[in-house]
Amino acid sequence: MIATSGYYLKLGLRSLRRNPALTALMVMAIGFGVAASMITYSVFRAVSGNPIPDKSSQLFTPQLDSWGPQQNLPRNEPPEALGYVDAMALLHAPAAKRQTMLYPVQLTAMPDGKRELPLNANGYAVGSDFFAMFEVPFRYGSSWSAQDDDQRAADIVISDELNQKLFAGADSTGRTVNLGGHDYRVVGVLSHWNPQPRFYDLFSTSGFAEQTDFYMLFTRALDLHIYINGRNTCRGQLSYTNWTDYTQSSCVWITPWVELDSAAEVESYRRFLTNYAANQQHAGRFNWAPNIRLRDVMEWMDYEQVVSPESRISLVVALGFFLICLVNTVGLLLAKFMRRAGEIGVRRALGATRGEIYAQYLIEAGAVGLAGGLLGLLLTALGVSSVDILFKPEIARLAHLDFSLVSLTLLVAIAATVLAAFYPAWRAAHVQPAWQLKSS
Amino acid sequence: MDVRPILSSLLRHKTTALLLVLEIALTCAIVCNAVFMISQRLQRMQMTGGIAETELVEVQSASIGALPDAKARTAADLEALRRIPGVKAVTLATQLPFTNSSWNTGIMLDPTQKESTLNATTYFGENLVGVLGAQLVAGRDFNADEYTDLGDAQKDPSKASKVVIVTSALAERLWPGQNPLGKTIWMGKDSPQQVVGVVKALIRPSLSNGDNTAQWTLVIPMRASLDNASDYVLRTTPEQRDAVIKAAAATLHKIDPHRVILDKKSMSQLREEFFHNDRAMAGLLVGVIAVLLVVTAFGIVGLASFWVAQRHRQIGVRRALGATRRNILHYFQTENFLLASIGIAIGMAFAYGINLLLMRYYELPRLPALYFPVGALSLWLLGQLAVLGPALRAAAVPPVEATRAA
Repeated sequence: MIATSGYYLKLGLRSLRRNPALTALMVMAIGFGVAASMITYSVFRAVSGNPIPDKSSQLFTPQLDSWGPQQNLPRNEPPEALGYVDAMALLHAPAAKRQTMLYPVQLTAMPDGKRELPLNANGYAVGSDFFAMFEVPFRYGSSWSAQDDDQRAADIVISDELNQKLFAGADSTGRTVNLGGHDYRVVGVLSHWNPQPRFYDLFSTSGFAEQTDFYMLFTRALDLHIYINGRNTCRGQLSYTNWTDYTQSSCVWITPWVELDSAAEVESYRRFLTNYAANQQHAGRFNWAPNIRLRDVMEWMDYEQVVSPESRISLVVALGFFLICLVNTVGLLLAKFMRRAGEIGVRRALGATRGEIYAQYLIEAGAVGLAGGLLGLLLTALGVSSVDILFKPEIARLAHLDFSLVSLTLLVAIAATVLAAFYPAWRAAHVQPAWQLKSS
Repeated sequence: MDVRPILSSLLRHKTTALLLVLEIALTCAIVCNAVFMISQRLQRMQMTGGIAETELVEVQSASIGALPDAKARTAADLEALRRIPGVKAVTLATQLPFTNSSWNTGIMLDPTQKESTLNATTYFGENLVGVLGAQLVAGRDFNADEYTDLGDAQKDPSKASKVVIVTSALAERLWPGQNPLGKTIWMGKDSPQQVVGVVKALIRPSLSNGDNTAQWTLVIPMRASLDNASDYVLRTTPEQRDAVIKAAAATLHKIDPHRVILDKKSMSQLREEFFHNDRAMAGLLVGVIAVLLVVTAFGIVGLASFWVAQRHRQIGVRRALGATRRNILHYFQTENFLLASIGIAIGMAFAYGINLLLMRYYELPRLPALYFPVGALSLWLLGQLAVLGPALRAAAVPPVEATRAA
C-alpha cells in the first residue's frame, strides 16, 4: 500500500506537469484562498485569544447600576466601570478572596540629573492583590502588602522597560523615582508583562496598548487626586467641579476585579452585589431595583467587543473567498480527471479496482493541495509581514507566522483540496471501462 | 440563436454547469456586498469636519506637577507660538477633532427636565471657531468680553459663560425648522446659555456615540489654560505645516525644558489615523475583490477550455455540416451567458441574504438596488471576457476534425 501510494504520488506529480496551465490555476486558487484565510485568521487569533488561560474563569469584574434605567447603556446594561463611591464601598467590603480596583494614570518621570528630557510614563493605580490575581511576573522585589494599601505607602512597581531607562536595568528595589513631582520607593521590578488583549482594562483601552511603565497604590493615587488618564463616562449635566465633586458625581472610571475560585463563591459574591444595590435603593441613592452583572474574563472581552467588527468581517469575507476557490478547484479537478477517462478505462480494464483509481486521484489532488499550500504559505508570510498596512500597529504586531500557523496553512490547503477532490475522484472511479475502450 | 441545443447539452454536463453557476453566484454575492461595504467606508472617511483641516496642526504638551501660574504660562506660550513664522492664529483647546477624546455634556431645553434631551460635545478655547476655521452661517462669533476662564469656572460655577455657539445639525435637532439664534439651552439647572451663533459643521472628537450624532457640538467661550488643557492648535498654510510643527515643539521646549511633548501632528494626519480602520477595511476588501474576480475568471477559462477540448469532434461535425466559425463562437458565448445569468440570479438572492445578516449584526444599511444591475453587468462582462479565449479556440477547430477519431 505504501509502495503504491508512492507510485500514485509520482503519477500525480507527473500529471500535474502534463497540464501546467490547469495545474497552475488550481494551485493559484488554493494558494490565494488559503493565504487570505490564514492572514485574517492570524489577526483574529491574536485578538480573540485568552490572555490568561488558567485563571480566566476565576477573575470577574462586577458591574453595578449607578445610573438607572433612563441613562443606562442599550438593553439596560449598567455602566462598564464604577464611580468613586461604589468603588470605595466594594473595596472596603471583604466579599472576595482577592480584589483590586484600578484605573490608568499618566505621570511625568523626572530625570535624575543625567538625562535631559523628562519622560512620560503610563501607569495604573492598583491594589496589592493586582499582582497575584493577574499572575504578574517579578524580576526583582515583590508587590507591596495589604497593610501598605491601608497606609497609602509611596511604593511603586516598575516595568523592566522603565527600569532599563531609569536604572540601566539594575536591581532598583529600594531606590527612589520621582513621578509627577512626588518621590516613590521602588519595591518591585517586573519581567516583561503585557497581556494581549489587556483584559483587565477594556474600559479605557481597546485591549491593545504598549507595556505599562509603573503600578502605584490605588489608595495613594486617590489621595494625590490623580485624575484618570483614560475613559471617564458621566451621565447628567456638565458641572465645573473639583476633586470632591468629581468623586461624588455620576462619572464612572474605576474598573473593579475580584477573584472567585468556586461556583459557590461566585454565587455568594453575586448575592453580595445584589444586597449592596438593594441597600443603596433603600438608602434612596438608587431609585431602581438592583441591576448587576458579574462577568468573567472571556465574557467581559466578548461584551466589550475586543474582536472588532472589522476583524470579524474580514475573516468571514476571507472564508467566503476560500469557499469560492474550492468550488473553482472542484470544477477544475473534474475537468482534469475526466479528460483522462480513456486512460482510466484502460487501467480499469487491466484490473485496477475502483478503490485504486479513487486512491490515485485523491493522492493527485493531495499533491495539488500541497503545492497550493506552499504557495499559500509564501503569500501568508508576505501578508502577515505587511498586515500593518491594514491593521493598527498595536494589533498588526500580534499577527505573526509561527509553527502552528505554518502547519495549519498546509493542513487546511491539503485537507480542503482532498475534500474538493472527492466528487471528481468518485466520477473518475466510476468511469465505464467498456465505454472508454469502445470510443477510442 | 436557438438556446435549446445549448440547454440540452448543458443538462448532460449537470455537475460542471452547476459548479460554474455556483462559483458565479458566490462571487456575485461577495462582490456586491464587498463593494457596498467599501463605499460605506469611503463615505465615512469623507465625513465633514467643518474646519480648515489642511491649515491646522496640533502640538500637545504636558507639564510636570501642579501649575500655580498656569494662566501666565499659557499666555507666554501662546505669545511665543504666535511669533513663529507662518502661524496665522493659535489657541489652547481642551480637545480637538479626530483625537478620540470626549468631553461632553447633557443638554436640556427646560431647566425642570428630569433627563437631558441629548448629549453633545463641548469645545473650549479662546477664539476656537476662528482658529479652527469653522464656518459661521448665522449669528456671530463670541465677543472678547464674553470669554471667562475655564479654571475659574471650575472653582466657581457662577463664572461660567452665558452664551454658546452650536452647529446647524445640533440646532436642527433641538429646534427643528426654527431659528436657533436667541434660544436657550441648560447644561445644568442653574446654567442657561443663549445661542449667539451657528456654525455649518464642527465634528465631535469621538464618534463613539454613533455617526448620526457626529455633529452634535457646542462651542463655549472659555479660555483654557495649561492646568485644564494641553492641545495647542495652530493655523498656518498647507505648505508650512511641517515647519510650523517643528518650530512649535522647539519653542514650547525652549520655554519650559521640563515639559513633555506628547503629540505633534497635522490635522490631516489626525484625520487619517482617526479613520484608519475604515481605510484598512476598504483596502482589504478591494484586495479580496480583485483576487476573487481573477480566480473566478480563471475558473471559467479552465472549465470552458475543458468543454471545448471535450467537444472537439462535435465542433468538427457542426462545422462540416455548415456551421460558420461565428456560429461556434456564438454557441460558447451564449452558453456562458446562460450560465452566468443563472449564477447571477442565485447570486443576487445570496447577496440580499448576506446583506440582511450584515444589517442585523453589523448595523450596515440596506444594499441599494443599484448594486444589483451593476453587479450583474460586471459579472456578465467577466464571463464573456473569460470565455472569449476558449470560444475562439473552438471556432478555430477545422471541419476535418469530424473525420478523425475522438
